[in-house]
Amino acid sequence: MHATKAAKGLLALSQQEELVDLPTNYPLSASEDEGDGDGERKHQKLLEAIGSLSGKNRWKSAERSEASLKVSEFNVSSEGSGEKLALSDLLEPVKPSSSLTAVKKQLSRVKAKKTLDLPLNKGEVERIHREVAFSKTSQILSKWDSVVQKNREAEQLVFPLEKEPASFAPIEQVFLDWKARTPLEQEVFNLLHKNKQPVTDPLLTPVEKASLRAMSLEEAKIRRAELQRARALQSYYEARARRMKKIKSKKYHKIVKKGKAKKAIKDFEQLRKVDPNAALEELEKIEKARMMERMSLKHQNSGKWAKSKAIMAKYDLEARQAMQEQLAKNKELTQKLQVVSESEEEGGAEEEEALVPDVVNEAQMNAGGPNPWMLRTCNRDAQEDEVQANSNELPEPVAHEFSENEGNEKPEAEEDVLLKEFEERRSLRKRSKLNQDAKPVGGQETKDSATKEVLSELKALSQKLSKDNRLSKKPKESPAKTVLLVQEEEPAPEEDEPLLLQRPERVQTLEELEELGKEDCLPNKELPGAAVEGGEQVRRNPQEELKGKKKEKMISLQKLLTTRTPSVTSVAVPTTVEEQEDEVERDQKQMIKEAFAGDDVIKEFLKEKRETIQANKPKDLDLTLPGWGEWGGMDLKPSAKKRRRFLIKAPEGPPRKDRNLPNVIINEKRNIHAAAHQVRVLPYPFTHHQQFERTIQNPIGSTWNTQRAFQKLTAPKVVTKAGHIIKPIKAEDVGYQSSPRSDLSVMQSNPKRRSKHQKQLKKRRAQ
Amino acid sequence: METAPKPGRDVPPKKDSPQAKRKKPRRYWEEEVTPAAAPAGPPRKKARAREPRPPRSKGVRGAPKSHFGRKPQAPKNASDRKKPRRTLSGAQDPFPGPAPAPAEVARKFCRIDKSKKLPHSKPKTRTKLETAEAQEEEASVRAARAELLLAEEPGFLEGEDGEDTAKILQTDIVEAVDIASAAKHFDLNLRQFGPYRLNYSRTGRHLALGGRRGHVAALNWVTKKLMCEINVMEAVRDIHFLHSETLLAVAQNRWLYIYDNQGIELHCIRRCDRVTRLEFLPFHFLLATASETGFLTYLDVSVGKIVTALNARAGRLSVMAQNPYNAVIHLGHSNGTVSLWSPAVKEPLAKTLCHRGAVRAVAVDPTGTYMATSGLDHQLKIFDLRGTFQPLSARTLPQGAGHLAFSQRGLLVAGMGDVVNIWAGPGKASPPSLEQPYLTHRLSGHVHGLQFCPFEDVLGVGHSGGMTSMLVPGSAEPNFDGLENNPYRSRKQRQEWEVKALLEKVPAELICLDPRALAEVDVVTLEQQKKERIERLGYDPDAKAAFQPKAKQKGRSSTASLVKRKKKVMDQEHRDKVRQSLEEQEEQQQQQQQRQKQKTAKPTRARPSALDRFVR
Repeated sequence: MHATKAAKGLLALSQQEELVDLPTNYPLSASEDEGDGDGERKHQKLLEAIGSLSGKNRWKSAERSEASLKVSEFNVSSEGSGEKLALSDLLEPVKPSSSLTAVKKQLSRVKAKKTLDLPLNKGEVERIHREVAFSKTSQILSKWDSVVQKNREAEQLVFPLEKEPASFAPIEQVFLDWKARTPLEQEVFNLLHKNKQPVTDPLLTPVEKASLRAMSLEEAKIRRAELQRARALQSYYEARARRMKKIKSKKYHKIVKKGKAKKAIKDFEQLRKVDPNAALEELEKIEKARMMERMSLKHQNSGKWAKSKAIMAKYDLEARQAMQEQLAKNKELTQKLQVVSESEEEGGAEEEEALVPDVVNEAQMNAGGPNPWMLRTCNRDAQEDEVQANSNELPEPVAHEFSENEGNEKPEAEEDVLLKEFEERRSLRKRSKLNQDAKPVGGQETKDSATKEVLSELKALSQKLSKDNRLSKKPKESPAKTVLLVQEEEPAPEEDEPLLLQRPERVQTLEELEELGKEDCLPNKELPGAAVEGGEQVRRNPQEELKGKKKEKMISLQKLLTTRTPSVTSVAVPTTVEEQEDEVERDQKQMIKEAFAGDDVIKEFLKEKRETIQANKPKDLDLTLPGWGEWGGMDLKPSAKKRRRFLIKAPEGPPRKDRNLPNVIINEKRNIHAAAHQVRVLPYPFTHHQQFERTIQNPIGSTWNTQRAFQKLTAPKVVTKAGHIIKPIKAEDVGYQSSPRSDLSVMQSNPKRRSKHQKQLKKRRAQ
Repeated sequence: METAPKPGRDVPPKKDSPQAKRKKPRRYWEEEVTPAAAPAGPPRKKARAREPRPPRSKGVRGAPKSHFGRKPQAPKNASDRKKPRRTLSGAQDPFPGPAPAPAEVARKFCRIDKSKKLPHSKPKTRTKLETAEAQEEEASVRAARAELLLAEEPGFLEGEDGEDTAKILQTDIVEAVDIASAAKHFDLNLRQFGPYRLNYSRTGRHLALGGRRGHVAALNWVTKKLMCEINVMEAVRDIHFLHSETLLAVAQNRWLYIYDNQGIELHCIRRCDRVTRLEFLPFHFLLATASETGFLTYLDVSVGKIVTALNARAGRLSVMAQNPYNAVIHLGHSNGTVSLWSPAVKEPLAKTLCHRGAVRAVAVDPTGTYMATSGLDHQLKIFDLRGTFQPLSARTLPQGAGHLAFSQRGLLVAGMGDVVNIWAGPGKASPPSLEQPYLTHRLSGHVHGLQFCPFEDVLGVGHSGGMTSMLVPGSAEPNFDGLENNPYRSRKQRQEWEVKALLEKVPAELICLDPRALAEVDVVTLEQQKKERIERLGYDPDAKAAFQPKAKQKGRSSTASLVKRKKKVMDQEHRDKVRQSLEEQEEQQQQQQQRQKQKTAKPTRARPSALDRFVR
């Protein structure tokens, strides 16, 4: 509203300015005005004369009522005429002239305007600006509301606020972007593609996949057997190598060395055939070794050892031999290499082949492919025969393993059967437990025969047994009951209703439990204090009983304490004779009765309870003044009416907790020490104490929770990372895309601020 | 509730009892056992004693995996079902979704009492309540999953062919169990220094013996290593370990003494004189002493100060027990009552008339639910402690029980003369049924002290002929909390634990009947403060403002229409109230009708007839 008003005011102001400018555009000469003035007056007079001729306007005398003192060319007087002078009349020439139409139009427009409102005072304008600015700012800031709300409700805030980490790009995308550049990379890629090694999701080659699909259980077993065999072989070779390494015999080592040298020469020959260049290099190496040997005095019999041997050589054959060996070695090393003939080579190769078992060779042969294991599965059929052939040749343990693997299928099937059998037996056992058969289902019997027939037989047997058991129990029960009845007849009438219902037989089976439930439905267990034999009474007058029950729900203390309880049978004292039991018991009862005849515990207790109740009751206030308003004296008491009138009854407190428990006195006093630790002020959002209690009932300590739960429950509300700058939250952080300066635009538009700012600028310029 | 089950270290894995009832399925890595090779020992007439399970013997029996069924629970959202997560190699997760947690186990760990209906709450409050419930659920599910770590199962004793387990002798049990367990049954023949009181330390590794004629000994009973042995040359009435096995409180004829594990006298507390019974409250570090002079004194052993001395006003106190659940002390009196005490209150918290004669023994089960009492009237009763204090079962014993004790798993033992009887309940949370004893044992002397050993299936009985350690299969908790009571802790660990326990010491004044009362708001003070505030301000700031009708235009805001609108709102509120109360009434009526139906359904079986009057 105010804004629009202000705008209007502003508009009006600008138009005023326009008006002010107007006269300068159209200057009017005074002389023109002068000339017109005389003619006008004459014309007026004439008009008046004509008007007076008619009778109507006779009262309008031509007399002047008021003297016009000033007559000037600047002042226009309209005396004498009844009309009002219009502004346009002034401009209107006698003859209409076109030059004045524009002015006239403007004039008319000005006239159409009403008078301008006063411009608002400064304070008002500023207030309006402030209001506009406030509304705009609040609108801008309202977008943060949800963020603030979220942060307030957040269980934990971690500062500095972090943007969500970019989600993990799938590995295939990463690979697509990546290209091999270096030659090594290209080589690797070539290798990979040659084997159709997939770079994307399942990292298995098609061959591998196919093999995976093709591999059945048997195949897997065969594979495992092969693996095991290979491992066994490897370990065998390793063991052999180790053993050989440990051999200390010089002779042996000599032989080995010779063999090695021979082999080296053979290798060299072979190499010469295949790759002459490499052979040349090798030759150079050998040459070099020869040169070194020739240079050194190593085998020249010039060392300390050799000298000592030389002394001994005269008498000792061995020493002589050793020296000769040395020399021979020297000779050998310094000898130039000789070329060996082709035929010899081949024979050697064959020898070597014979040394190494077939399996190893086979593995080497297969090693050419991308993945030897996978390859094997593919052409399994072809190789199966070989494998079997191998198994025949192989040493004993491996072969044994293989055979076991072959037979593996059978045991597994057996295992299944066994498992099934086991489960069945378990269920059976459960059932038999329900039937209260402590008899074990012969586990060992069924172990061998897995047939279902036996199982069914067993089931039948167990059921029979359970039946028998129950049958045998029933006769047991009946004498017990009779005994109970006998016992029930004996006690004194005041003691004839035992509180607790106990049965001589322990509830053992589910069926019995159900029976128990049925018995519960019977009316003879309605009252907690009702006895087994009390049921008959109830049946006699159930209505009366009901009434009585309604009246006093309170359990009588007498009944409670004089409960007749079944006494322990022989078990407590295993050695005592059972027959005497009843007599002994009776005697004891009698004794106890006699012993406690004097002190009436119950009466005392009830008295104590009454006293405590009285003590805890809020006291009435008696305001009667004896003798006030009536006769007073020694024996005179205030009248009942007066006493009633001046007695202020205390408000009744809450009901006591032990009002229905005759044998209990519960202290109603408040524990002020504990209350000091309780919460006594409701925290903010809660309006009722029960609401707050619910939120603090769950313990948060590590004693009552798992470690992870404890950590989560006790996590701090705000976490700050050490050594990090916590920057104020930005719109971008919470997902807004607005320009960061948007919230400042309003502030700049504030005119007052702007003017102040300009003033300061001006001042600076002036300085 | 996280426990750290300790893997068995030096005890060889236990063998199955000779006649194993189930056959283990053969694993593929095992060699096939030919049926002929099965152990074919001579068929024993009775061999049913499954051994008492020591906690550290790693059973061969499978852990109860049935809780965590193999079948994964059906995933809740369809998206879960559709897309089992694929790994990079193309293999599928065989068990997609979070690990299943059994609901019934999780319910055990839910602590928020949802029985009370909450008043209407504002959205902000509601979110707080929801978060609290979500937290509870998460914590309980985690706890339920952690139950998997409680791998040990309790031992048990099973009669063959419905044979009475009470007739099984200790020798039979010892024969059936392995050597390590058999070694836990032993007799100490100490006839010289009279009847013995005994006490096991809280970890169950150490045993303190106190003979009436002054013999005090402390030993590591598992290794049979004697820590100290002295004669105090004075009558010893009771003996008790303090928070750890290093400190020993001995109630002697005149005063209370404290010894260390070397037998060196550390303190003589003269303010506790003529003490008859000792109890130690481990979480409060309080030593409660009952004296002949009728005083119940609480001694804070962490600072060495007497917290309170309460006069029970009931003569000589010689029967005492503590409730492990809420640390309330139960005292038995000669007038047949049992009174419950807390150091914060000068009067008993509750008083129950239990017997016609004097109370001879009191024991409270570890869950704090049941109390067993025996009196001079030869009765043994089990009371429900959950608010009602009513007897659940009772039994007359030929000789009244002089000593009672509960085991960790709720077995009840009573010492009567030279016979010890043990009763077991059907489950862990149920009271022991007094019909059929679970085990009986006859000792060489009259029982003077009883205690079940924690974490071992062993019952220690002190009697006039010395001390007997009995095997009671299934008495102890098989899984221990390594942070709380670690039987295998080293010296360093014990010291660490001591510091932690002292830091977590509970103030003595917090002992009350309901230990969860601390999680309640002090309503009395709250109301009082609210009242005072209203008085101070002159108005109720929390009260709902009265309805103020909005001003309307076009002449509709006349006084009459305003009044009318006000009245309309008031009527609406009133109607709501009435409707609500009517609904409540209806509900009540329905409940009553149901109850009546149930009641009336019973007598229909035996309908009263006119001829009933002739029935005799």
